Amino acid sequence: MSDTSLSALAAQLAGKQVSSRELAQTYLDRIAALNPSLNAFITVDADKTLAEAAAADALIAAGKNGPLTGVPIAHKDIFCTDGWLTTCGSKMLHNFVAPYDAHVIQRFKAAGMPSLGKTNMDEFAMGSSNETSYFGAVKNPWDPARVPGGSSGGAAACVAARMAPAATGTDTGGSIRQPAAFTGITGLKPTYGLVSRYGMIAFASSLDQAGPMAPSAEDCALLLNVMTGFDPNDSTSLDREKEDYTRDLDQPLAGLRVGLPKEFFAEGLNHDVATAVDAAIAELKRLGATTVGISLANSKLAIPVYYVLAPAEASSNLSRFDGVRYGYRAPDYASLDDMYCKTRAQGFGAEVKRRILIGAYVLSHGYYDAYYLQAQKIRRLIADDFGAAFEACDVILGPTAPGTAFKLGEKSGDPVEMYLNDLYTIPANLAGLPGMSLPCGFDSQGLPIGLQLVGNYFSEAKMLNVAHQYQRATDWHTRVPTHL
Amino acid sequence: MQWETVIGLEVHTQLATRSKIFSGSSTAFGAAPNTQASAVDIALPGVLPVLNRSAVECAIKFGLAIGATLNRVNVFDRKNYFYPDLPKGYQISQLAKPIVKGGALKIQVGDSERTIHLTRAHMEEDAGKSLHEDFHGMSGIDLNRAGTPLLEIVSEPEMRSSAEAVAYARALHTLVTWIGICDGNMQEGSFRVDANVSVRPVGQAEFGTRREIKNLNSFRFLQQAIDYEIRWQIETLEDGGRIEQATVLFDPDSGETRMMRSKEDAHDYRYFPDPDLLPVKLDDAWIEAVRAALPELPAAMQTRFQRDYGVSAYDAAVLTGSRALAAYFEAAAQQSGQPKLAANWVMGELAAALNKAELDIAASPVSAAQLGALISRIQDGTLSGKLAKQVFEGLWEGAGEVDAIIEARGLRQMSDSGELEKIVDDVLAANPKSVEEFRAGKDKAFNALVGQVMKASRGRANPAQVNELLKARLQ
Repeated sequence: MSDTSLSALAAQLAGKQVSSRELAQTYLDRIAALNPSLNAFITVDADKTLAEAAAADALIAAGKNGPLTGVPIAHKDIFCTDGWLTTCGSKMLHNFVAPYDAHVIQRFKAAGMPSLGKTNMDEFAMGSSNETSYFGAVKNPWDPARVPGGSSGGAAACVAARMAPAATGTDTGGSIRQPAAFTGITGLKPTYGLVSRYGMIAFASSLDQAGPMAPSAEDCALLLNVMTGFDPNDSTSLDREKEDYTRDLDQPLAGLRVGLPKEFFAEGLNHDVATAVDAAIAELKRLGATTVGISLANSKLAIPVYYVLAPAEASSNLSRFDGVRYGYRAPDYASLDDMYCKTRAQGFGAEVKRRILIGAYVLSHGYYDAYYLQAQKIRRLIADDFGAAFEACDVILGPTAPGTAFKLGEKSGDPVEMYLNDLYTIPANLAGLPGMSLPCGFDSQGLPIGLQLVGNYFSEAKMLNVAHQYQRATDWHTRVPTHL
Repeated sequence: MQWETVIGLEVHTQLATRSKIFSGSSTAFGAAPNTQASAVDIALPGVLPVLNRSAVECAIKFGLAIGATLNRVNVFDRKNYFYPDLPKGYQISQLAKPIVKGGALKIQVGDSERTIHLTRAHMEEDAGKSLHEDFHGMSGIDLNRAGTPLLEIVSEPEMRSSAEAVAYARALHTLVTWIGICDGNMQEGSFRVDANVSVRPVGQAEFGTRREIKNLNSFRFLQQAIDYEIRWQIETLEDGGRIEQATVLFDPDSGETRMMRSKEDAHDYRYFPDPDLLPVKLDDAWIEAVRAALPELPAAMQTRFQRDYGVSAYDAAVLTGSRALAAYFEAAAQQSGQPKLAANWVMGELAAALNKAELDIAASPVSAAQLGALISRIQDGTLSGKLAKQVFEGLWEGAGEVDAIIEARGLRQMSDSGELEKIVDDVLAANPKSVEEFRAGKDKAFNALVGQVMKASRGRANPAQVNELLKARLQ
């Protein structure tokens, strides 16, 4: 296939040049060939995929197809999928077959998009390298010795390796954007509340948000059209009129004010990344944008704030994994307490346990005010900084991550070093703002570099417009690892 | 040493909503285990809570009914602990900002009235049930009850005896059923009482160390448990011991309380605001709409009964024991135009019959209209009190309406003086001995003659009339 953009695939399907079954089979074949080395998928079930594709073909034959009917997609294994193993990358759920569909899955099913399988991820979405998965690390298609980023590492790797035309991801502190940056694809985390969290296994409820991952901004816009919308089953879902996120893609960028936060270009930023981001800024200026220096002074506190709030919520969200009703239960135990302790000691990996302990600590009696409450206050200050910044600019731009894909095992021994990877992505989660990453070049070792855009609330269409115009002028997003 | 008891109650009332507080599952009692437990109730991965607005309305009703302050911004908190019948590993509750703050309830103990203040009332979800029998050494979990909405109502420690505690619990029970937010069924656990009990030397300002008696599901157990606990605490202190803060359970079989857990075992619940639920704001329009739908409350009705119907404060309190009872009384009073007589009948004959048959007022075989009609027949002289009781029995048996029973059973009070005069003359003629004794000054003989006349009239004679006629004949 020469053009695997979603619009091209949809056109071929609608024009009956290819059937959904044929398309799905093509991707299943590529998964079969590449997954053993990349480990991007936890579950592939060709029969289910092909059955869904056949149903899509029937819709197309009956003329009942929507914009993306028949285009297959891969889903992060954090989304409950009826009849599919849904593990969240954990031993705790290694045997859990979901009896219902997450809202996001329902929407893709309703759009007639067959599922190619469930993608690998950091355990319970806790990680920035995909090394914490119970099902093993995912390899970066650009260099199998390197990580694809995380936690949506399987999703990013499968799109980068063109094992799927697109994938769903989730982003709590950068889990869509950082792996998108590490693998040279485009990923978008929407405004908090735009995509229902129902059926998406919770990590940190006030930060989690699902979004699309695909080669291009245009693909992401099409996917966002499918994913967004009010869901009465999620109390934090926003009840607002549905938008067409492709509507502004072709708008010119003349007059666009791009905010450059000085904190995102400070020390610690890899030289090649800084150079590529600078070149992208120059390109946007050439397209008519102007830049304005801004400050997000409190964003330096984003990592400590995040590592108080996210573990606090996680420690409670993960309490339901107790061995009583579903999932893993320790085989031998002497009492109820022993069953809980052994089940959770054996069922959770080290990073998950670390965060549960941090979370339980910051919520405990006598520490709550000093940690949790203080962190909430700073969270508000971080959001206020963005509010002030958007008085002066339309979109904020910077690097997605301080560096490019690191080697497997390189940072897994040092949690704090690992946490610093999300330095630039976490502030948007804390503020509930939309953010996206798009490829803007390669470092000296040929590894992709990600450019991050952060927009004001509900400015997804504007961000996608900026990204699409940039992608019309550049070809970074079309590059694929040649050795595959 | 003289001891004073200090009691505060925490009452868990199950709110009478059709569905659960955070899911659409039914709250109906008694279904087969786990048939009323949805994906949300069993806490499958990924599920989220959605607040049931009618649970909030129940709480608003309660707050309005006790004159409390309603918290305009309601936050739900997570109370974290592990237990198999708590599927999420946390209970959604309200810690920092309960929906109801303050308020008061009047209670009547004997002849004296007291006001008990409330600390707060907050919304939360119930847990499931652990079943320890029939599982071959293991425990079963039934999650039907998980997520049932509760209003936990906390009083100030203002009660000073088990009688006051029971009076408060009863008044609260009356109120929550009155305003329709709870079915009040204590056997099914719809109204569960925890009692915090401590004792202190009379005159001491600070409270003694309290022990909490959990889960009392009848007023009788509440009284027994508190009385036992008071005796135990006083004995312990008088024997030189000290009270340790603890949670205890009451064993109805032994009549004793026993330790469940000490303060040292207390959990750190790690409360924090539930990020899955947005704060619920109560605006004036919502509150006023709920207020407009509130029925007349028991306290207001008592005042009105005293004023309009001339009943005593005590009677007014009894007659407003439940909304159904009050409505029954009021209907009978209005039907007959005789409120005091109606009050006597409702609290006397009717209450006794219902009590004997173990029936609730709502299930009374005698309707308020029937009782009203009966009272009217007493008032117009058709029935004596004694005949009326026979008619009441007929009504109770379902023998028909009042006038039909009177006719069918010939219970009409004799109004024809000619007929009565004939009976009196016959009785005097047949009992010369009694007549003689009466004339010899034995008053008892007169009563015997009255009895004979009543008997001959088969109870239909008007006793006053009989007295008059006899006296006239004998003088």
